[in-house]
Amino acid sequence: MSDSVSIMPEHPPVTDWVNDFDHTDPRWTENPFPIWDELRSECPVVHTKRFLGCYLPTTYQAVKEIAYDTEHFSSRRVIVRDVRPEQTASAPPITSDPPEHKPAKQLLLPPFTPDAMKKLEPRVRAICNELIDEFIADGKCDAAARYTKHIPVRAIAHMLGIPEKDGDLFIKWIHAILELGIKDDNALMGAVQEMGAYFAGHIQHRRTNPTDDLISTLMNARDKDGQPLSDMHVLGSLRLLLIAGIDTTWSAIGSSLWHLANTPADRDRLIAEPELMPVAIEEFLRAYSPVTMAREVMKETTISGCPVKPGNMVLLSFPAANRDPAMFPDADKVVIDRKENRHAAFGLGIHRCVGSNLARMEMTVAIEEWLKRIPDFKLDPAGKVTWSEGTVRGPRQLPVLFGKKN
Amino acid sequence: MPGKLKIRVDQDKCQGHARCKSLAPELFDLDEYGNAHEAGDGSVPAGLEDKAWLAQTNCPEMAIEVTEE
Repeated sequence: MSDSVSIMPEHPPVTDWVNDFDHTDPRWTENPFPIWDELRSECPVVHTKRFLGCYLPTTYQAVKEIAYDTEHFSSRRVIVRDVRPEQTASAPPITSDPPEHKPAKQLLLPPFTPDAMKKLEPRVRAICNELIDEFIADGKCDAAARYTKHIPVRAIAHMLGIPEKDGDLFIKWIHAILELGIKDDNALMGAVQEMGAYFAGHIQHRRTNPTDDLISTLMNARDKDGQPLSDMHVLGSLRLLLIAGIDTTWSAIGSSLWHLANTPADRDRLIAEPELMPVAIEEFLRAYSPVTMAREVMKETTISGCPVKPGNMVLLSFPAANRDPAMFPDADKVVIDRKENRHAAFGLGIHRCVGSNLARMEMTVAIEEWLKRIPDFKLDPAGKVTWSEGTVRGPRQLPVLFGKKN
Repeated sequence: MPGKLKIRVDQDKCQGHARCKSLAPELFDLDEYGNAHEAGDGSVPAGLEDKAWLAQTNCPEMAIEVTEE
């Protein structure tokens, strides 16, 4: 019953961003920054009747107030969609509220500390070079399709203990859940079921053949009463790690390369001053934050003086917060040695991204290895850069030229 | 001559972004969950004052306090 033709007409082009915003409008997808600036100058929180009713905070302050307020705002739905079915596919801890949130999160934190990431770093460096080997002789490539897309998939597969070659399957599911799923319930549920069946097989295998990977870590975890986690919990957390760990970092690496392709001065400076890299990575995270989360309003309250009512969703735009000039001087400029940078790319409050140290390490390694092998590159004027739609923003086509001499 | 600096991480506010550890590794330790604690008694050795302020101004949760003794 559902095909894209029957679904699309539900979203007419936006003519009034302040009262009728739509984060799936092609203009938002292409260049959301001027839209956020316009909305921020009107009101810290705007509303649309689309998506069954949804608010959008555009200031750092409003985003922070909502992120810290787990009493009025629930995380049980973290994607703003056209439909709001009662039964949602949970993925603890991202879809958990207090008091369930903390124990679910603590299970996942130890494998993602900076020290744990240092152990994974050599493998990620090797992955980057294996990928570059495949296209460097061509003098050009689609950096999204050939490079950025594959790094996080292979890294998370390595951590989970599943074959890196299954990456294309994961990418297909993620596209169905995060992009098609906004408007197409069948695409979303189909992908959730396929993913569940895939992981059920891997869990089953480990019951007789224990391993020391992240799937086994979750299977061996005990809750506060000393009981093993339910299969639903394990599956939900695996779903989270796969969905949250892949196109987010793919997007962040891609946006950074897109910026560097467009900005030779920043590229040359990073090559000349490699010690700037950690600060530059934080600035790329601020300026091109890939992830927008969602909350559901549970009780009436006010945010930055604006009333919000239950029954509505909230598009929790960390990317818009990170472009707020009240918080960041020259917010619309990429300043790769920015000194003060309290960016919220990984969220604020209890839901701080569990994989933030992984994402940072992958971004750093991916940019370092690229610049070592391909120091001089630019966008290919014969190609077209395209950006993903919806909840996670980053380049999905990134055609670049770099000359055969490299 | 400015006084000696002391840092403290508010455990109720820290969410484990680990920005402080990356900017000032000498001044912070992370626990098994990745949450930050001031190293030792929080005294900032001479020469590391700038790093202390840098960590403070980059904490997204405003969890780091820097005081002058």
